[in-house]
Amino acid sequence: MPDSGASEAMQALSRKDFTSDQTVRWCPGCGDYSILAQVQKTFPELGRNKEEFVFVSGIGCSSRFPYYMNTYGFHTIHGRATAVATGLKLANPDLSVWVVTGDGDGLSIGGNHLIHLLRRNLDINLLLFNNRIYGLTKGQYSPTSEFGKVTKSTPQGSIDWPFNPPSLALGAAATFIARSVDVEGKHLQEMIKAAYRHHGTSFLEIYQNCLIFNDNAFASITGKDDKEDHQLILEHGQPLLFGKDKSKGIAMDGPRPVVIDLADGKHSVNDVLVHDKTDRMIALILSEMTYRPEFPTPLGIFYEIEIKTYEDLIYEQIERAVEKSGLGDMQAILHAGHTWEIK
Amino acid sequence: MSDSEQNPKKSIEEIDQVTIRFAGDSGDGMQLTGSQFTETTGIVGNDLATLPDYPAEIRAPAGSLAGVSSYQIQFGREDIQTPGDQPDVLVVMNPAALKVNLPELRTHGIIIANTATFNKRNLELAGFEANPLDDDSLNEYKLVSIDMTMLVEKALEDLGLPSKVMARSTNMFALGLLYWLYDRPMENTFTFIESKFKSRPEIVEANKRALQAGYNYGRTTRLISTSYTVTKATLPAGTYRNIMGNHAIALGLVAAGQKSGLRLVYAGYPITPASDILHMVSNYKNFGVITFQAEDEIAAVTSAIGASFAGALAVTGTSGPGMALKTEAIGLAVSAELPLVLINVQRGGPSTGLPTKTEQADLFQAMYGRNSETPVVVLAAATPVDCFNMAYEACRIAIEHMIPVILLSDSYLGNGSEPWLLPSMDDLPNIENRKVSSSNGEFHPFAITDPSTMARPWAVPGTPGLEHRIGGLEKDALTGSVSYEAENHEHMVHRRQQKVEVIADRIPPLSVFGDDKGELLVLGWGSTFGPIRSAVTRLRSKGHAVSHAHLNYLNPFPKNLGDVLVKFPRVLIPELNMGQLSRLIRAEYLINTLSYNKIQGKPFTASEIEAQVLDILKETRDAG
Repeated sequence: MPDSGASEAMQALSRKDFTSDQTVRWCPGCGDYSILAQVQKTFPELGRNKEEFVFVSGIGCSSRFPYYMNTYGFHTIHGRATAVATGLKLANPDLSVWVVTGDGDGLSIGGNHLIHLLRRNLDINLLLFNNRIYGLTKGQYSPTSEFGKVTKSTPQGSIDWPFNPPSLALGAAATFIARSVDVEGKHLQEMIKAAYRHHGTSFLEIYQNCLIFNDNAFASITGKDDKEDHQLILEHGQPLLFGKDKSKGIAMDGPRPVVIDLADGKHSVNDVLVHDKTDRMIALILSEMTYRPEFPTPLGIFYEIEIKTYEDLIYEQIERAVEKSGLGDMQAILHAGHTWEIK
Repeated sequence: MSDSEQNPKKSIEEIDQVTIRFAGDSGDGMQLTGSQFTETTGIVGNDLATLPDYPAEIRAPAGSLAGVSSYQIQFGREDIQTPGDQPDVLVVMNPAALKVNLPELRTHGIIIANTATFNKRNLELAGFEANPLDDDSLNEYKLVSIDMTMLVEKALEDLGLPSKVMARSTNMFALGLLYWLYDRPMENTFTFIESKFKSRPEIVEANKRALQAGYNYGRTTRLISTSYTVTKATLPAGTYRNIMGNHAIALGLVAAGQKSGLRLVYAGYPITPASDILHMVSNYKNFGVITFQAEDEIAAVTSAIGASFAGALAVTGTSGPGMALKTEAIGLAVSAELPLVLINVQRGGPSTGLPTKTEQADLFQAMYGRNSETPVVVLAAATPVDCFNMAYEACRIAIEHMIPVILLSDSYLGNGSEPWLLPSMDDLPNIENRKVSSSNGEFHPFAITDPSTMARPWAVPGTPGLEHRIGGLEKDALTGSVSYEAENHEHMVHRRQQKVEVIADRIPPLSVFGDDKGELLVLGWGSTFGPIRSAVTRLRSKGHAVSHAHLNYLNPFPKNLGDVLVKFPRVLIPELNMGQLSRLIRAEYLINTLSYNKIQGKPFTASEIEAQVLDILKETRDAG
């Protein structure tokens, strides 16, 4: 279990313990600052010694993250953080392994490794900073940029259709899929803790604003005045309500989800779909609301199930092999098969 | 049967060595037949070397030339270094096998053919206009035509098996016949059959009967008048087994894991001819070994790098195209100064090339195939048995020096086999790792504390108080923090080069076979060892002042390599490429090397190298 590594001698840690001596070099106002702050605030509450945490990243603005955490860290190469983290976790399953990636690093160049990490279900926490743009290379469209996006590399508009990250994760058999937003500090902290608690690969998409190259990409759900109308906060076992005074809900009209108005006198809360995070069909309905303006944007845990992790199964196989054949004896395997003596 | 048939007058001849080749369709079980013959031959005490050759297609169209699979073995009394230049005996299970293999059969060699398959369709598929068994086209060979299929069917007739199933035992008939011809016992193969088919008693019976029928056929008929006893080899005393190169690598890795006390993590992606290493390491889970079949070559190497960061003995294995994909990640391991072993079982290229054929054309890739100044250690195995030694050595160097090491093998070594005098674990050198558990004062993850190894401390995640960050950005030479400072970068470029160079102080010097002075030195690396050593042995026995030196260490070179080279006016470098080592030697030592290159997907024969040396000696004498 993820929290079993805490040693008895552990001392209470504070946010400062997780802050490294490196100067943070993101652009002023970048959403990454908030995410870093929420992680550093949350980690002391996880009850683990800091040497047990490892941050692994690839390339991109978000991938500088490990340098700012006073834990073990590995800033690797573009798109491969998920694969590096896989080897790390296999070699030492007692570590709490965190991958920090972006929409370019994780979904474009690293798309292959990401889907395979999800389907294998190692106990790794993946934070996908989605700003829908390439920042470090100065503003090209990314795999989550909207169709028609005008950028330096697409002066006439992008003709790529964007990935829908939670649907992609569902298709890749992920066991934990959640979403949060950089500016919703409290919600983000809850999601970080939930990702940590999940025994398996946790896929946490974090909408993150790039104020230089893609400012206000998520303005509709972060606007102070009307964000309640655009945020659908997911809570397991609770009806899917949103809007000021929770006056709107998601209901099913036959096989299709629809937005209903609870104040119109025709509907009640009993008509509203109740969220069940263990139900793949509900998760799919929620994830498919992404990019659809007629629906609010779901935030929270879309889906979570517990199955054995990849490393659990690997070490079980090792145990079984030892039970069956005894602990490895090198001299015995050298002399296995047909041998003969020359005198 | 009449008395005379049961007791034909037959002669027995004693010979020193012989080369035989089994050839048939890829579905005819030739690899199994060959490997059984090899095991038995090892057990009776001959030295041997083998060469399997099979198509890239799992099942090419039956009877086609593309589908021919073969297995060659040379065995005998003397020090057998190669699978033999030309077979003395060729067993062909169909016309295509005859067509493909006949050009390499020695003149007056023996052809043993299964006549049942020489029908109109198979002859056409093989491109024969007439049946070569019936006309006089094979007159310069000793032809033994046997309807093996019919004889097997007769031997099995009361078992009630369908003919298709019976036909699958025909290879055992051929094996039995060859056991008789070379006076080998059948017990080992009987045991093998019993264990392989233990759930199917009727198949056990069928194969055993077919084997016995082949043996009896040789003994009782007059088709082959002479059988042979092959003098046993005078090998050093000890326990032996046959070993293929890929298996030897797997064992070398496991042994290094045991000796170093580190968990072996082997990550690979399926690729011919390296997949066997992944398969074999996967069988050693009771050693705590972790094997990981990654989603691609890049994930294989990067997951190994992650395992290395976590403190494991991390290894990835592949072939040339896979190495190409791993390139960027190797640069990361160099920059992060992490121990990593990369195995390249080379095959013919470029691109997909010749997946099942041998070549040694990835030397430059190993030396230089990365962006920027990114030196790595490069080692090469010389023989199937040497694959064990060099895999172990690659791990030792990687761990002790905190550096990535590329080990080059090739298809010929990986699938070839030879007898192995089994080592004792006590004889293997110790492997010391650079792990640290605490620090006096501030911890500097990139400080070099031991100038002899230039290793940085290995502070693995989980170690309290040594938390640090590493990565692929240039690092400060002490703290490992990101540094864009000009002088520091130049220092680090030199440091990474020196990390390779200091290894020359901790590897054995190059030894010379023959005299350390002479007319000509044959310098080789990798799998050319066998044919070079055989050729030089022959040349020396004829009085030529020729010597052989073989490089296991290609980066860095052994320190005495320059001193060895200057003692010979001529240095011949045979390579299965366009002259890659030759160029390295020219660049490093400013000497004129002579290249001898073969790029046919096949190893050199000893005769080819012998002839090349004789040509050079003659030319220089004529010129002098």
